[in-house]
Amino acid sequence: MNGVGHYPRRWRRPPQIVTDRGWRQALQLAILAYLVLAVGTLEVDVSRVVEGLERGARFMQGFLQPDFVSRWSDIRQGLIESLTMTLTATVVGILVSVPIGIGAARNLVPQPVYLVCRSIIAVSRSLQEIIIAIFLVAMFGFGPFAGFVTLAFASIGFLAKLLADDIEEIDASQAEAIRATGASWWQLIHYAVQPQVMPRLIGLSLYRLDINFRESAVIGIVGAGGIGATLNTAIDRYEYDSAGAILLIVIAIVMLVEYSSSHLRKYLQ
Amino acid sequence: MTRLDPIANEPTHYAQVWSFRTPKARLALWAGWLALVALFVWCWQVMNAGTMWVFVADAPSQAADIGSRMFPPRLDYLPELLAPLWDTLNIATLGTLGGVILAVPVAFLAAANTTPSALLVRPMALFVIVASRSINSLIWALLLVAIIGPGLLAGIVAIALRSIGFVGKLLYEAIEETDVRQTEAVTATGASRSQIIHYGIVPQVLPAFWGISVFRWDINIRESTILGLVGAGGIGMKLQSSIDTLAWSQVATILIVILATVVVSEAVSARVRRTLI
Repeated sequence: MNGVGHYPRRWRRPPQIVTDRGWRQALQLAILAYLVLAVGTLEVDVSRVVEGLERGARFMQGFLQPDFVSRWSDIRQGLIESLTMTLTATVVGILVSVPIGIGAARNLVPQPVYLVCRSIIAVSRSLQEIIIAIFLVAMFGFGPFAGFVTLAFASIGFLAKLLADDIEEIDASQAEAIRATGASWWQLIHYAVQPQVMPRLIGLSLYRLDINFRESAVIGIVGAGGIGATLNTAIDRYEYDSAGAILLIVIAIVMLVEYSSSHLRKYLQ
Repeated sequence: MTRLDPIANEPTHYAQVWSFRTPKARLALWAGWLALVALFVWCWQVMNAGTMWVFVADAPSQAADIGSRMFPPRLDYLPELLAPLWDTLNIATLGTLGGVILAVPVAFLAAANTTPSALLVRPMALFVIVASRSINSLIWALLLVAIIGPGLLAGIVAIALRSIGFVGKLLYEAIEETDVRQTEAVTATGASRSQIIHYGIVPQVLPAFWGISVFRWDINIRESTILGLVGAGGIGMKLQSSIDTLAWSQVATILIVILATVVVSEAVSARVRRTLI
């Protein structure tokens, strides 16, 4: 009977994720090897970084003392472009994604339609906004119209996928009850599906509005208009105080949109 | 329907045709739609004040032109892409690592149950999270390229700064959702603050923490492929130079590589998260 004496005096929290000791050590070793390799291939120009720190300090200063005034007309123009682009793209995105979302719900449509709609969604989701924007700027020319098409296209993948997943999860008994009254397919959508998914669709649309505004600040970098173009210009001119002002405005608008949309969603659900 | 006498309250007239909504609700709905349409039309006009419709009308032929130039993707360009691809993976992985290391203290400061001061520190931590989340990694990269010069480091720092908000937000929500009784049990043994966090809270949030980190890593792979567009290293640099030289067949190859990378990283992350949860 040699029980208690063999227990360690100090208790240590047992490992949770990888409980096998051998695997854990192998994993740690692999991570270490990767880090050595990765940091080894990292080429850092130290003198350039040190030189940059001073510029970084200037940027921080610009951020703390933002200059809203001297470039205000450019900022205003960029903001108007961004906001209008966001709204129109979200509205068009919703209008297009609703039929595609319905078409991509397995429980409502025949197999061929399902496959076509799902592949449209896959294409839209797999490419990033910025890459789409590059192509669309090449096609439509510079300006907010290319940005509008980009955001609308990206919204389709997002909204249609989430809407389709939501429709597939609706309560089937309600749909059956409507179907039992002899309702047509359109009536089924209107009376059985729509009431169940509408709150979520509105929530998703508001969320997408929020995302689209954030993205509109980015796609301007490749020429698709909006506040991103203004920001890019400000940074290229090393006007960090104007850039700081633009970033603060973007953060404020994002916070405002996020806050109000979360309130609206709570109210709707 | 709360009246005691049901007969007196009974409607004398029923509509012959059942309708989905009451007239009032229908009117409000129409007014709402009208306002939305009006807003849309107004925004559309403001946005397109400077649009050159000639270019827009020209778009299909432009698309066909680019498409025909892209079509046989230049596959012998692939070997040249291996080094930038490795750089891209490093940007994403090291950036995630840095972001997670910075995000953990921020999350503990932002969670209502672990913050040292709800009045002063918590709002500051929350502001850090919001600021990091609302600025896209491409914008971070744009700033950092201007500050510390083009290259991998700018990309890594940009990804790290962007990840703080994401990881911090999800992690502090996980910390706030932990079971109070377990923390209380640890507290009752006379544990210090750091011991409470170590033995009471960390075991509860650890699976969530790894899940969030791997999820963010997956997103960061996606984002690091394009950081090169503003000069922050990786495969995006090759994309930018190919677009600048109008080498569309190379662009097609790069896009295929990016898509493949994203699909693989998504599969890996989904697999890891499934085993964790």
